[in-house]
Amino acid sequence: MAGAVWVLAEQWRGHLSDVTFELLALGRQVADGLGVPLEAVLLGSGAENLAASLGAADRVLYVDAPSLAEPIGEEGSRVLAALAAERRPGAILVPITNVNWDLVGLLPARLGVTLANFCTDLKVAGGGLEAQCLVLGGKMEVRAVPKGETVVLGVLPGVRSADQGRAERSPEVERVAAAPSPAGRVRLLGYEEPEAGDVDITQAEVLVSVGRGLQGEANLELAEELAEVLGGAVSGSRPAIDLGWLPVTRQVGRSGMQVKPRLYLALGISGAPEHIEGMKGSALIVAVNTDPGAPIFNVAHYGAAADLLEVVPALIDKLKEQKR
Amino acid sequence: MKILVLLKMVPDVVEELEVAPDGASLDRGFLRLIVNERDENALEQALILKERHQGTVVVVAPEAPEVDDVLYTALARGADRAIKVTGVAEGLGSRASAALLAATLPTVADLLPVDLVLTGCQAIDDLDGLIGPLVAEHMGMPYVGIVTGVDGSASGVVRLSREYPGGLRGRFEVDLPAVVGIQGAEKPPRYVPIAKVRVAMASGKIESIPAASDAEAPLLDVLEMRKPVFAERAEMIEGDPDEIATRICEILAGRGLL
Repeated sequence: MAGAVWVLAEQWRGHLSDVTFELLALGRQVADGLGVPLEAVLLGSGAENLAASLGAADRVLYVDAPSLAEPIGEEGSRVLAALAAERRPGAILVPITNVNWDLVGLLPARLGVTLANFCTDLKVAGGGLEAQCLVLGGKMEVRAVPKGETVVLGVLPGVRSADQGRAERSPEVERVAAAPSPAGRVRLLGYEEPEAGDVDITQAEVLVSVGRGLQGEANLELAEELAEVLGGAVSGSRPAIDLGWLPVTRQVGRSGMQVKPRLYLALGISGAPEHIEGMKGSALIVAVNTDPGAPIFNVAHYGAAADLLEVVPALIDKLKEQKR
Repeated sequence: MKILVLLKMVPDVVEELEVAPDGASLDRGFLRLIVNERDENALEQALILKERHQGTVVVVAPEAPEVDDVLYTALARGADRAIKVTGVAEGLGSRASAALLAATLPTVADLLPVDLVLTGCQAIDDLDGLIGPLVAEHMGMPYVGIVTGVDGSASGVVRLSREYPGGLRGRFEVDLPAVVGIQGAEKPPRYVPIAKVRVAMASGKIESIPAASDAEAPLLDVLEMRKPVFAERAEMIEGDPDEIATRICEILAGRGLL
């Protein structure tokens, strides 16, 4: 692995996401360990001004094309694969976010190289890269060595602090011509904002959050009653939204909202990485789940391996007693 | 519209998982497999499209324990054909699995071409690649993932709703044929009574097709698999539900949250 380390800068609605700087901090360590340059790759249309804040990299490769104005995996991966085939980087770090998830899958497919997915850390060992990856919904961790001249690494948010990847210096920026675009087979027609008018869970001080362990919509009133007693709102993990128990505006996690309430009560939530991303900053996390091995207990401050349908009614009674 | 749905079995993480003696893989002796949840959503979305616009739905899955039940259930739910690709090693990586599938599909009678390939946009064991994008690349089709709704009413294209952060959705138009990675269907997967599954079983309609090539060698060497260790795990509250509730009350009161 002799080529440069690349970090794909995530640009979303005109801003660089924090995860970009987290990956730059990680990429810096990896590039230094391998003795190769760290290069940030920024894709966009008229977005060159964003390159100035990518100074943690030795240089920025900025690819400008009208088709790169919005993050469409089909288009971004095509441009990035063409550039990688020409420049032969050793490793390409791509953030695992909803913005870039298609590209995480498409880029290694197009390059015919391996992906090391769900990375939570990278280190240099024996002159090569070793990835630490969180698999099986957070229940297992693997150490793995990706092989090949170029490898793609899907990196989960939170690997380093974003501040570590910010730098005062202005990087050298190389403007790169995009490979000519064939007629796009994937066309973005527009964005739709979530329907307003519902509770804004990002503003709630207390969240009673429910997952699959709620077992059915009929039990939602238990959560609602508990939220009422605690002066909070009800939110949920992905299954609670997919099963139609709660509207999408109440979803916590990668596709939903990032929340930081004073109290986050996780009820019947297993704690997949994509959920934990959305709530780990909460001041106090109390989790109730029947599975004592559920990953939610790795981030919760207090936990109980129990059935929420038994604990919540008892909790409501106790809280009402206390308030009297 | 002819729709191909790719299903795969993944470990049920609700069960206790154990590391195999090799120290680098799951102990398959203790493993319970279930269908990848997002693949099941992909099937539901396919069935919704079939109801709306007519057409056929073909489900394809690599051989694995319990996969027959999943394929029979798919038939009972309304799929027209169920195909099992045999000769696929257990625990084969996503990259090699996708290559095997793509090589095998053309050998199945009366299958290709299809208009749309639907599959889950991710699986919990997608360590070395994502099935949807890999199959799309092999088949020369465009790909969009994290999709939660598909509208097939226009000719030659599908309209998709894709999730971005913060509850934002992107509306896409994609030329057919295409591969679409499903996050959620417009409705939860339909319930099918066990009696209907038994009828599907009695008809014995699963087609077994041997994998058309040898598996590619993996490019990702797994050195070790272990349970993750966290510095600060939750302080666990023991006791019956009443005792747990009492303790939670104390904790909240101590933090001034009551």
